[in-house]
Amino acid sequence: MHIPDNYLGPQTYVAAYAVAAPFWVIASRLVSRTLRMRQVPLLALGAAFSFVIMMFNVPAPGGTTGHAVGSVLIAVLLGPWPAVIAVSIALAVQALLFGDGGITAFGANCLTMAVIMPFVGYGVYRLIAAGSSATSWRRWFGAAVGGYLGLLVAAAVTGFLLGIQPMLAHDAAGRPLYQPFPLAVAVPAMVLEHLLVFGWVEAIVTGLVVAYLQRTDVTLLSPQATEAAK
Amino acid sequence: MTLSRKLWIALLALIVLTPLGLLLPEWLGAGSAWGEWSAQELHQKLGFVPRGLARLSQLWHAPLPDYAAPGQQGRGLALLSVSYVLSAVIGVGMVVGLTFLVGRLLARRQPHDS
Repeated sequence: MHIPDNYLGPQTYVAAYAVAAPFWVIASRLVSRTLRMRQVPLLALGAAFSFVIMMFNVPAPGGTTGHAVGSVLIAVLLGPWPAVIAVSIALAVQALLFGDGGITAFGANCLTMAVIMPFVGYGVYRLIAAGSSATSWRRWFGAAVGGYLGLLVAAAVTGFLLGIQPMLAHDAAGRPLYQPFPLAVAVPAMVLEHLLVFGWVEAIVTGLVVAYLQRTDVTLLSPQATEAAK
Repeated sequence: MTLSRKLWIALLALIVLTPLGLLLPEWLGAGSAWGEWSAQELHQKLGFVPRGLARLSQLWHAPLPDYAAPGQQGRGLALLSVSYVLSAVIGVGMVVGLTFLVGRLLARRQPHDS
């Protein structure tokens, strides 16, 4: 889901930066008010987990690969705003050091994986887990479904950003300047592979970690911990 | 053992296992992610490389492209796997360092916590 440089035209990547930027500003303001010093290691652990889990490329039918992202897990444990910061840091290191995701496309990649995904996943988690105790099955189940749907929506938006490129820019011969496949190809391709394969990886990873934490240190899932980190 | 220690150990275990993310697609003949093709791959698919795409593709030279030292591509899966683990170590180090830095800068403004 890491859009490389030059797959998006300038209108798209500038717009994506413009949409992502307020989320970075609000995230740093809110996190500076609510994040406690003792939660910083957990935030670093979450960012590192997100970085590493994205290295586990999984093959999908059709000969492509993809991976889980981990941003919903961070959102469930620390809140969606800390997740914005943690995953943006992971994506920045991937782009700068490893060329995974473009520099110009960094705004777009943060928008999908560090903003849309944690917020959608966290919303789904809160819906399913609403009113349940910290040890309830609805917590890990909600986290798993949140992971699945969060990744799916992020993939759909990535497909949309890629798919509008042929409409936005083409040369005199009518050939696309940037990502060449139209919406009708890009969105179904991105959605289907995440629906069938990568979404399940995200769901299992997110659900398993939450279930493990429910057994070992349930304070991480208690309302106070969640409220404090929001 | 404290939970936080267990979680950091789990992270180390994941780092050691990262070559699976390289080998599994290789064994099953899977290629690039959708929408992340190289210019050559696009040429094979389309018969041409979109002009804007070709022009901008050298915008940034990452020091460790694709989680390997430059020029290691095609030099065997064993070597690539070692590179992959080292990349994971370096990447996790950077991510943890940066997050600690950002987290501490942000969290410091609170008077009550130690």
